[in-house]
Amino acid sequence: MAAETQVLGAEPIGGAIDEDGVRRIVREEIERAFRKDPAKKRAALIASKGTLDWAYPPLILANAAAAAGMETAVFFTFYGLNIIHRDFERRIKVGPVGNPAMPMPIPMPQLLTAMPGMVPMATAMMKSKFKGKGVASIRQLLEAAQESGVRLIACQMTMEVFGYDERDFIDGVEFAGAGAFMSDARQAHVTLFI
Amino acid sequence: MTDVQVAQLVDTRGMLCPMPIVLANKAMKALQVGDVMKVLATDKGAIKDFPAWADDTGNEMVSSGEEDGALVFYIRKGDDE
Repeated sequence: MAAETQVLGAEPIGGAIDEDGVRRIVREEIERAFRKDPAKKRAALIASKGTLDWAYPPLILANAAAAAGMETAVFFTFYGLNIIHRDFERRIKVGPVGNPAMPMPIPMPQLLTAMPGMVPMATAMMKSKFKGKGVASIRQLLEAAQESGVRLIACQMTMEVFGYDERDFIDGVEFAGAGAFMSDARQAHVTLFI
Repeated sequence: MTDVQVAQLVDTRGMLCPMPIVLANKAMKALQVGDVMKVLATDKGAIKDFPAWADDTGNEMVSSGEEDGALVFYIRKGDDE
């Protein structure tokens, strides 16, 4: 019999594999599958709230995902549509009513937080605080997201319900429904409802 | 760290998450494989974010530390997987 030649990288198959060998092969195969797994390179986010405090998380995470090389889509539904409205800068606000966790300059009973003027005050306060600390504005985050290829998708159903028109949204927004989101989401390891 | 040729400096001092990695990512796209980017940051989150980002994007964290009160990262561009 001629001398055997071992093919580089090939595992001998058959009787001699012990349990550790099996484990190792399984682990290597799984790692290999994960390396090739396109789903780890995709993120599908839902933004469902339209206040300033809720507008930040989906945009921050979308930008981080895109920077990490992920194909990222954010699906804006219900009040989240506010974030991609043409007039988002004026429309996105935050109020202290019903949010006792919101830091206030002076301690304040919840009842007083419903006073007129509290929403503009809280909004201005949060914006200046964020700006002062060096947090990007909503506009900057939207621009950075679009520039890095994040898809911004408006939920068609809630647009109908709230009476929005496609022209009400910033340029570059796509329009789709839950089916399209699910199709994206099933190919993504990262899916978040915010 | 003076023995590394820096191809691009990215100054993110004063910026908070996620802008440091957004800017770094943008700058990295313009570099060639093997080029080293130097990032300055004051966002404390960057300490964890940059190694994770480098790992995710197939780039190599050459070294990290502090310089004049800012965090500094040297990241070498890898060949995209």
